[in-house]
Amino acid sequence: MNAGSAKTPKLGVQDATKIYHTASGDLLALDRCSLDVHANEIVSIVGPSGCGKTTLLWSMSGLHRLSSGTIRLDGREITGPHPDIGIVFQEANLLPWRNLDANIHFPFEIKGEKPDRAWIAHLVNRVGLDGFGGKFPRELSGGMQQRAAIVRALALKPSVLLMDEPFGALDSFTREEMNRLVEEIWLDTKTTIVFITHSIEEAIFLSDRVVVLSARPGRVAKEYRVPFLRPRSLEIMATKEVFDLTNTIKMDIVGERVRPKARERGTAEIVRIRP
Amino acid sequence: MSGGDTIPEFSKTKGGDGHDVSLTNLSAFASGPGIRSGAEVAAIIAVAVIIIGGIELALRLFNVPHYIMPAPSAIAYALFDEFPLIAPHLGYTLVELISGFSIGAIIGLVMAAVITQFPFAEKIVAPYILLLVTTPMLALVPLLILRFGFGYTPRIIAVALAAGPMVMINAATGFRRVDSAKIALARSYGASTLQIFWKIRAPMALPMILVGLMIGAIFGLLTAVGAEMVGGGFGLGNRLTTYSSMIQMPQFFAVVLILSMLGILIYVLFFLIGKKWASWEA
Repeated sequence: MNAGSAKTPKLGVQDATKIYHTASGDLLALDRCSLDVHANEIVSIVGPSGCGKTTLLWSMSGLHRLSSGTIRLDGREITGPHPDIGIVFQEANLLPWRNLDANIHFPFEIKGEKPDRAWIAHLVNRVGLDGFGGKFPRELSGGMQQRAAIVRALALKPSVLLMDEPFGALDSFTREEMNRLVEEIWLDTKTTIVFITHSIEEAIFLSDRVVVLSARPGRVAKEYRVPFLRPRSLEIMATKEVFDLTNTIKMDIVGERVRPKARERGTAEIVRIRP
Repeated sequence: MSGGDTIPEFSKTKGGDGHDVSLTNLSAFASGPGIRSGAEVAAIIAVAVIIIGGIELALRLFNVPHYIMPAPSAIAYALFDEFPLIAPHLGYTLVELISGFSIGAIIGLVMAAVITQFPFAEKIVAPYILLLVTTPMLALVPLLILRFGFGYTPRIIAVALAAGPMVMINAATGFRRVDSAKIALARSYGASTLQIFWKIRAPMALPMILVGLMIGAIFGLLTAVGAEMVGGGFGLGNRLTTYSSMIQMPQFFAVVLILSMLGILIYVLFFLIGKKWASWEA
């Protein structure tokens, strides 16, 4: 899937605009948002809540049609769900009436394909779910459910993995464990990953780039490179560089939260809130 | 699809989380009476012996005439003695119940599945469905007998009319429980509308469908017996009117006992099906 020269991004978002038509009026969720994700890259998207992160991700996956703008995969515009894009949803999103095996086989079932058993066994082993195939989601912890969801998302060998706040509901230890797992999987498969999160630490630990979206309507406000090599150890999280970067991004997001209110009041005085 | 999208939302389900507005819900399947130990079994039997024995004793002590309330022993005797005579009538009632219920349930299920796909049509049809649910179909039996005679036909129609709407209204509640994230999951693999229905919507609706089938079957039983009491010379309902007119109270209560057993059987049947196929919701 290396169709891209250095010029063609793996996933290219150009002027993405999305308007939701709701009962209480139109809602501009994304406003000319542009972003390129290159092959084998991990890019995190952070931003104030309600800024359109999930909308952007759902649009990238082809689940939502944009009101205007384009999403290109390997240079070709996509208008619907694409087999080369895997998604990990919030809260695992497993089907509760199926056991883990049946959940992992779900993509093949929909495609009408035979499950790739060797690949699935490899993935299941990788995420440490050996022997849990017969268990139902309710019998597993949140972390294990999300591991199964990752296996399901990778089952069809997508070249892009979109992850929508996958670990938001987990406790911080489990979250760190899952972050290391994502890194391992990346080292193993070099899958391009777009990762949405509320946690700046998580974004920095995982990503080559952290993209900060503005408050609604979402646009790319800032972008930061994270230069560390992989595998990254948790120690890098204690370095001054990471500390400073975390604070910078935090202030970006807090600033984005304050600004719209100030605009409403029509005052130039912005009170900066320090965390 | 552009513009028709809804804002991604991850609340577990829309329109209820297993505590839907309906006559009952599936927690009945999950937390039903389960017998745990020998001591519990002994206690249950002991209580039954005390209650039944107490009634027997009281009726004998106070010389209650059998046409007011026959003794449990007399009812038990009548049940065994008369059973060969009652059995064919049990058969007739079962035929009416099973065929009427099947017809009503299939129509109810199909209508629920179709109608929930069209929210606008649903709004228009809803009051009529409510009317069908709340009207006692027994009221139509004299009319049905005028039109179809004293055979099976009017009874089967009445049972179908009683069971169908019950199945439909509960199944519709199930089919309305849209989980946008699960549908998005299926769509992300390119699932067709039909695949989404069979692999997401139907399994999600199954617990409510089972509740509907159970209520429908019990309403069907009530209606079958009621219709038999109105007219026609066969069926358990007919036995009730016959025995009471002849003041054969032990036999009368034997039939009542059979009817209670039928109702319990229906409950247990759906309880077991629910435990097997819908316990994931607990």
